[in-house]
Amino acid sequence: MRSARFSALCAALFACVVTTSSMGQETTPTMVAAAAKEGKVVWYTAVDVKVAEAVAKAFRAEYPDIALEVERAGSERVFQRITQEFASGIKNVDVVNSSDASHFLLWKQQKLLARHTPPDVQRFATQYKDPDGYYAVWRASLSVMGYNTKLVSPQEAPTGYLDLLDPKWKGKLVKSHPGYSGTSLTGTYAITKLLGWEYLEKLSKQGVQQLQSTTAPPKSIASGERAVMVDGNEYNMFIEIGAKSPVKIVYAKEGTPFVTSPTAIFVDAPHPNAARVLQNFLYTAKSQQLLVNEGGLRSVHPDVKEPADRTPLKDIKLLVDDPVAMLPQIAEIKKRYTALFGN
Amino acid sequence: MVLLLAILVLLPLFWIALTSVHDDAKVFTLAHYRQLVVDPAFVRPLWTTLWTSAAVGVACIIAAAPMAWLVSRTDLPGKRWWRTLILASFVTPPFIGAFAWVLLGGPNAGLINQSYYALAGLKPFEAASLINIFSAWGMVFVMALYTFPYVFTFAANALDAIPSDLEEASAILGAPPWRTALHVTLPLALPAFLGGFIVAFLQSMTLFGTPAILALPAGIDTMTTKIWSLFQYPPQLGLAAAASLPLLIITVALLRAQSAIMGKRGYSVIGGKSGSAGKAIHLGGWKIPALALFVFVLGCSIVLPYGVLGRTAFVRNWSAPLAGNLSLEHWRFVFFEFSQTRLALQNTFVLGITAATAGTLLVTLVGYLSLRKLVWGHRYLALLATAPVAIPGIVLAVGLFLSYTHPPLVLYGTLSIIFLAYVTKELPVGYQQIASSLRAVHPELEDASRILGATRLRALFDITSPLIRNGVIATWIFIFIGSIRELSATILLFTARTKTVSVTMFDLRESNDWGPIAVLSITMLVITFVMIAIIHRFTDARLK
Repeated sequence: MRSARFSALCAALFACVVTTSSMGQETTPTMVAAAAKEGKVVWYTAVDVKVAEAVAKAFRAEYPDIALEVERAGSERVFQRITQEFASGIKNVDVVNSSDASHFLLWKQQKLLARHTPPDVQRFATQYKDPDGYYAVWRASLSVMGYNTKLVSPQEAPTGYLDLLDPKWKGKLVKSHPGYSGTSLTGTYAITKLLGWEYLEKLSKQGVQQLQSTTAPPKSIASGERAVMVDGNEYNMFIEIGAKSPVKIVYAKEGTPFVTSPTAIFVDAPHPNAARVLQNFLYTAKSQQLLVNEGGLRSVHPDVKEPADRTPLKDIKLLVDDPVAMLPQIAEIKKRYTALFGN
Repeated sequence: MVLLLAILVLLPLFWIALTSVHDDAKVFTLAHYRQLVVDPAFVRPLWTTLWTSAAVGVACIIAAAPMAWLVSRTDLPGKRWWRTLILASFVTPPFIGAFAWVLLGGPNAGLINQSYYALAGLKPFEAASLINIFSAWGMVFVMALYTFPYVFTFAANALDAIPSDLEEASAILGAPPWRTALHVTLPLALPAFLGGFIVAFLQSMTLFGTPAILALPAGIDTMTTKIWSLFQYPPQLGLAAAASLPLLIITVALLRAQSAIMGKRGYSVIGGKSGSAGKAIHLGGWKIPALALFVFVLGCSIVLPYGVLGRTAFVRNWSAPLAGNLSLEHWRFVFFEFSQTRLALQNTFVLGITAATAGTLLVTLVGYLSLRKLVWGHRYLALLATAPVAIPGIVLAVGLFLSYTHPPLVLYGTLSIIFLAYVTKELPVGYQQIASSLRAVHPELEDASRILGATRLRALFDITSPLIRNGVIATWIFIFIGSIRELSATILLFTARTKTVSVTMFDLRESNDWGPIAVLSITMLVITFVMIAIIHRFTDARLK
């Protein structure tokens, strides 16, 4: 009884806050208490599982009474699972992170997202947040090329996508799948726009090993299973380099896809308060710095410092993502890609 | 009872049939079937499935038939050890074997290929690898490693049942042992070999994990991976249902062929074992090649895979040399950091225990009712209980998904739907197991007790249950082991809340996290072997 009245009160309070949504919604002791009552928060994310668990560990240290459950899969897989769950009336997910920014356009259109602006997001540049306050870029990364330095010398290393069509790379390449990974999909869109599908058709004849996640190719070249990766997360490359794996990043001369990865709360989140506590936590300068330092990611938070040994974004030729233009083409991209490279 | 079983088994098939002939607007159409026949994206996987499964069947016969003959007829040393190792490869989940073979047989970093390059003074990429596990033949090889025990068991049982008099007669008439084996034993055991081939074929055809792990990276699809991909966004359920049908038809046809072969030939001579126990054939110098066969097959299916999983679990970087590489970080990650471990283990155990308990109760009841002919339709009971043998796991999952994602009963997203899949899938195995225990208890025993005034229930509890106790325990453990390793049906039915260890491992595979995969594999194998040890304590019954 008491808890029912309490949550009604919370809801009323929340409604007040929502009407003045341009203001940031701070984590208050009341919100934390309500979140602790909910007990847990469920976070579906596409970030590498070890990075996700590092964030979760930091969250648990700060909010020991809120259990954080991490469900990690590739962005497209996350999207599929959420769609299937919602279609069957299952409400499990509270907070979602996907590297396919077009997912947020769809979810917003379908009125599935809750409006919430973490305090830190107010200071983000406008292109990194939804004007209506439904989502904001939580992390960014590049979809880079790379190679194993024991197997490939710097002189012979590829410098751009077209180099990979050289017969000498046959059987040495590894690649992620746009049907699984949002980063890969965003990259595939950018590259077909730049070089056309003929490029991928030629590439598919190079005996490319087809992996799923963009987190996988960096691990593959680090192990020496393949020599060169066609695409993979820049942040996993930083993690491998930090672990002294023999790998090196290549920023393709044609340009490198820049992939933003927003986070949002679902309107039907079963743990709405805990969801807000988590969402606020994810965007703090401290969390963002953790992502950059330990996760190798890029942050759009104005207070975050990049480690000195990483190439600054301004020195890289970027292919900036365009979720609005990509959205209508997604099904077609996946279909054509699968026809060339398999599932 | 009949109704319950009918719902369990027939409802999913009904929904598959219905969905396969309707388009998204629920209008009748045959377009799905047409696409199945004309679209190369479906024809190619079907062809791959057929030829690889046949290749697995042949490979299994070539390896397992001589192995069975050697174990049952010759003085091969270490027979007990070999049987134990064959049992171990029988219970090793095939997808765990596939994981291990990625680490062994990856063309460049795989440890076998690394040693090969080092020994031959070659460099990866500059020379062809010794093994390329990411290929159709790689997949055939690994599938065969974990399927041959079925063929071995078939062949060994058949050889045990052949009376030795015939072979002795041949020997007395002066035929050398190899001639006896070829002209007397082989023809008698041939039906069993063919039966084994069919079982191996069906096993391979319905596997999902192995092709997903080994063939997909090479851009090769099989029917199971194709069906799975149709569940990805946007889901194409009509096509998935239609694509399930070929698997179903092939299974039914082959099972009929099998019973025809096994029923007709050969077994007329098998009527109890007569004559002397038969003297073991002296192998002499043939011992070396015979042992080499066992060392090769079991080395590849058990020793190397278990070794590489153990190594991978305890090193930071799986492909690097051991020195300075040892680490417990993957254990720490899996058991203290990875937030899915607890949920997945819990789900796996809850499912294993409930499916085993419910399944055992069900098959015991069904077995008793049908063998004692106690209710109307007892014939259908046995038929329904063994029918799921003809339903591949992934097809069953398609059917369950279609049956229970809409009212009146929405089970998708709960453990119940996976529970239903496991119980249904394990019905035939459980039923066979329990039926053989029940057949051993003659109804006269119960009749005697009833003549002395006991009620039927009393007779059941006092006479029959103690006698079939061991059979019941064995059934329970069988279903439990079958359930905790299930992947091909679970992969379509799980949600974030209902993940099992097997699908958690599959998710980790998509990001190449081999360390945590190795830790979870070892955990699963330990649980399995503890259960097998328990089975052995309670019963002497050999597995299968």
